[in-house]
Amino acid sequence: PWLLIPFPRSHPKVCIVGSGPAGFYTAQHLLKAHQNVQVDVYERLPVPFGLVRFGVAPDHPEVKNVINTFTQTAKHPRCSFYGNVNVGEDVSVDELQEAYHAIVLSYGAEGNRSVGVPGEDLPGVYSAKDFVGWYNGLPSCQELRPDLSCETAVILGQGNVALDVARILLSPLDALKKTDITQPALEALAQSRVCRVLIVGRRGPMQVASTIKELREMVNLPGTRPEMVAADFDGVAEALKDLPRPRKRLTELMLKTALEMPTEKEQERRKKASRIWGFRFFRSPVEILAEPGCNRVAGVRLAVNKLEGSGEKAQAVLTGEVEDVPCGLVISSIGYRSLPIDPTVPFDSRRAIVPNSMGRVHNAAGLYCSGWLKTGPTGVIATTMNSSFDTARSLLEDVESGKLDVSSAKPGSHMISSLLEKRGVKPVTFSDWEKIDDLETRRGEVSGKPREKILTVAAMLKVARG
Amino acid sequence: MAASAAARTSIGLTLRFHRVIPDCSKCPLYRLKSCTSNRANPQRRSSFNSFRTMNRHLQTSKCNSNSEDPDDVVNVVFIDRSGKRIPVKGKTGDNVLFLAHKHGIELEGACEASLACSTCHVYVSAAHFDKLPEPEEREDDMLDMAPMLQENSRLACQIVLTPDLDGIELTLPKVTRNFYVDGHVPKPH
Repeated sequence: PWLLIPFPRSHPKVCIVGSGPAGFYTAQHLLKAHQNVQVDVYERLPVPFGLVRFGVAPDHPEVKNVINTFTQTAKHPRCSFYGNVNVGEDVSVDELQEAYHAIVLSYGAEGNRSVGVPGEDLPGVYSAKDFVGWYNGLPSCQELRPDLSCETAVILGQGNVALDVARILLSPLDALKKTDITQPALEALAQSRVCRVLIVGRRGPMQVASTIKELREMVNLPGTRPEMVAADFDGVAEALKDLPRPRKRLTELMLKTALEMPTEKEQERRKKASRIWGFRFFRSPVEILAEPGCNRVAGVRLAVNKLEGSGEKAQAVLTGEVEDVPCGLVISSIGYRSLPIDPTVPFDSRRAIVPNSMGRVHNAAGLYCSGWLKTGPTGVIATTMNSSFDTARSLLEDVESGKLDVSSAKPGSHMISSLLEKRGVKPVTFSDWEKIDDLETRRGEVSGKPREKILTVAAMLKVARG
Repeated sequence: MAASAAARTSIGLTLRFHRVIPDCSKCPLYRLKSCTSNRANPQRRSSFNSFRTMNRHLQTSKCNSNSEDPDDVVNVVFIDRSGKRIPVKGKTGDNVLFLAHKHGIELEGACEASLACSTCHVYVSAAHFDKLPEPEEREDDMLDMAPMLQENSRLACQIVLTPDLDGIELTLPKVTRNFYVDGHVPKPH
């Protein structure tokens, strides 16, 4: 560890709110670096792992391997997991501060950024967060029942989540059948008529937020062919040489896909492809349109932009032109957003994060934060890992320096458990989760899936208690 | 004296942490289904996908580096994030990420060597960098996501020891505290 406290005298008790990658990586680092620290992880759902379970795409199972690391942490003798506990409702942050020497808030971003245009509430318009939650079995998204009976879908946003959604919409069913995608989602996709997906962004090819692995997956997606607008790539080839390596490789792949004459083999493959996908650049949504007299999305009105400046800082500027794109499904993928869960916790509603310096919450002694709540909702698991290690290090520095007073004993989970009992809240332990895990895995075996997810909190609790 | 004793204790404690719950999913014997331990079997299901997507190079690595054969030994130096040099003895065929874990080096492998993350990012000593086989496209794609990418960056889970890598030095990138101050460029997700 970067900071190790050998032979500590104190017995700090730390509470972590949120059991996704941020929570678990913070816990891991604390446990390794301080030989007496007790870490209690609280989670609102009965099941742990946050976006690793509910965000990572079903066809990316390797990314979910990190669950093994988190499981090891959860089973550490000085770590305890308390699922089914809603911090902010079942117990307050003030009460947690009474019980623990320090709190680390790592509950992520459960809201989404709104596009802010008329028609956003029309049936047929969904946030990517909800759509992804739906196919990944997030209980609060199971009633979504997206209508997939149209041919064209428009995705607003060009990050990796947008590409995940496009890929799940267009993947051959055979590929999805062997993943942990939910059964209802699989059935809905089997009936889907969506065969053309446009992925729309305000700026140009050199500003896409997605990364090369996900782009390559689209380019190589069986049964599909790309459809791009060549003019969108004017000037891009010339700019390549000055780009940093990651951006350069990504842009090269896009250019190749959009402009290069495909090989004979690829031409054959494209001719046979029945599904189409493509980026549309320099377009901002200004209205989501309905057919007159019909309360459903029928299209998107897009304003045409031009770029001022270049590189990451380029700005999209309206030209005054608009164009209408007919479609029956709109998915907005322009970012997640953290929400405040407790009035006593400082919250910057402009940036939608908890204001902090290196994980130390401003004007709140004993409060820390890690993950998306700390830095905003971007970054892969590796990014969150580094951010969490950083927060753990800040906390440990404060223990060492005395800034965080751990000299007097605190009641920790004893106090919180009795509060919860009085309030009729029964936490789910990690071994309770393992019963759920076991059942999901066994159910999955029946259909050749890694697991068949349990889709409601009530059903999860039944298995946990059983 | 006290400092080195503390350092030895800390490595011991770190190792102990790693060994509290044996992590079968990280062991090549388990992955090759050569493990006969009963306790490993119930977990096999959950690692099935990681086995299937495992790079084939891992199948040649062995778990036990206690061989006495000096011809097999490949000396590796890990340089951790605080700059400390940690020399270890590996063997031909060892996967460098698993070797690091065996010696308590703080190198994460979140995706367990399936080229789905960049947490095992290391810098390779100049003298040995060119001796490594070219990265496959998938490794380059994941390296693109790693902070502080350099010319000599590689993913440790893709490095398999051979005799000509003797003396190789692998430096763990210092992810600086300044990485997350205001004004940092948001990363994609």
